[in-house]
Amino acid sequence: MSLKDLNRSLWVFHVNSGSCNGCDIEIVASLTPRYDIERFGMKLVGTPRHADVLLVTGPVTRDMEKKLKRVFEQTPDPKVVMVIGNCGSTGGVFYESYNLAGPVDQVIPVDVYVTGCPPRPEAIIEGVVKAWTKIEKQGEKK
Amino acid sequence: MIDALQAIVLIPIIAIVGIFIALLFKGIDRILAARMQARIGPPLSQPFIDVKKLFMKENIVPKNAVKWIFGMMPVVALTASIAVLFYIPLFGFKPLLDGYGDAILVIYLFAIPSLAMVLGGFASSSRYATIGAQREMVTMLSYEFPLAISIIAIAWLVSSTTACSPAFSLGAISIWALVGPLGILGLILLFLVMLFVMPGEVGAIPFDSPEAETEIGGGVLTEYSGRNLGLFYISASVKTIAFAAFIVALFFPGNISNTLFLTGIGAILADALFFLVKIFIIVFIGSTFIRVAIARFRITQVVKVYWGYASFMALFGLLLIAIDLMGVV
Ligand code: SF4
Repeated sequence: MSLKDLNRSLWVFHVNSGSCNGCDIEIVASLTPRYDIERFGMKLVGTPRHADVLLVTGPVTRDMEKKLKRVFEQTPDPKVVMVIGNCGSTGGVFYESYNLAGPVDQVIPVDVYVTGCPPRPEAIIEGVVKAWTKIEKQGEKK
Repeated sequence: MIDALQAIVLIPIIAIVGIFIALLFKGIDRILAARMQARIGPPLSQPFIDVKKLFMKENIVPKNAVKWIFGMMPVVALTASIAVLFYIPLFGFKPLLDGYGDAILVIYLFAIPSLAMVLGGFASSSRYATIGAQREMVTMLSYEFPLAISIIAIAWLVSSTTACSPAFSLGAISIWALVGPLGILGLILLFLVMLFVMPGEVGAIPFDSPEAETEIGGGVLTEYSGRNLGLFYISASVKTIAFAAFIVALFFPGNISNTLFLTGIGAILADALFFLVKIFIIVFIGSTFIRVAIARFRITQVVKVYWGYASFMALFGLLLIAIDLMGVV
């Protein structure tokens, strides 16, 4: 089993850990005919068991901390975690809020950060390409 | 009838070719669906990449699952889907197990993958999967009725007009020549019913409420991952082409080589190609087109559509054929 085989067939599960829904809309926008991420074999799936990539949006509120960890553990290996949006990357507008358990990398290990508030679909697709390169490099090391 | 040795050699070949064609057709189906939605769509080889990836992934068995059922059901589903291929004429050849089974057996074999999914869903102990399994059962109960009417109508037609055999073997006779104009109308209705049953049978979109990933997170397949999910994935693809081949065998048997005056290897190739084209047309209408054109039905609507409209159409078709055969008009 090598990570390289994930390439070109990334099934994506979307976790909302307390986002304002801006990033979520942009993720859905990247499925539309204009951006069409299915070109790269990506597909939104309904359960973490089917997923290869977790797209995490939002800054991880206290309530979502345990649930995010559980979703991460439910995802079969090998897997990639992508953070979408400033909130998840740094805390964004909620930086140092009393109600945050995150940003995301305080809770689960993150592979790729996509910044923007919200990031454009182009940025999300670029993030996926970065995830590919990362996967390929890890595959070579093994 | 064939001897055991031949069967042992041919069975793996048919299985592998069947899986290959099934995944290829799935790729074409995804591209066509994407084009109809003004998208570009994935490459043709996408299903192969997906399957390869699924077999590489970790295979999680939930802690509370009934492990042996959970692990066995994907294999059962795939085996049953492939077993159907042995009873259906493929590529213009006679079925491999010709004479050992008929259309009635094929209906039962088609039910097994769905039953396997139901059992696997219940065994996985997830609530989402349980809801999905219940929905899958309801869907099955709904489409089996119009399907059974259609098959039995055709079987009755064949057995009462030809002297060949009491049991109805697939693909031996062209049913269109057996009836008059009214009967042809009836057969067309039955054909439409079969096309309409197809998306329900293979779990494609208007009837995919058992797997609705937007409401119940993957339904029956919620807890399946890795290799088990891959087996279900292949099983669904194989079932699609098997059902298309079944419709072709019932309604459009017959080869093209005689019409083109071909012989030898040319004839075999032409027949195989002709068969693929026929299957492609059925898959396109019965699965791809309906899938893109209609949104998902609620489970109550599924029952209504199948028990109501489809069954009514099938019964009407049966009636027309009966009138035609008895020579009332
Ligand atoms: S990054 Fe911006 S758009 Fe995205 S969830 Fe946070 S506040 Fe909303």
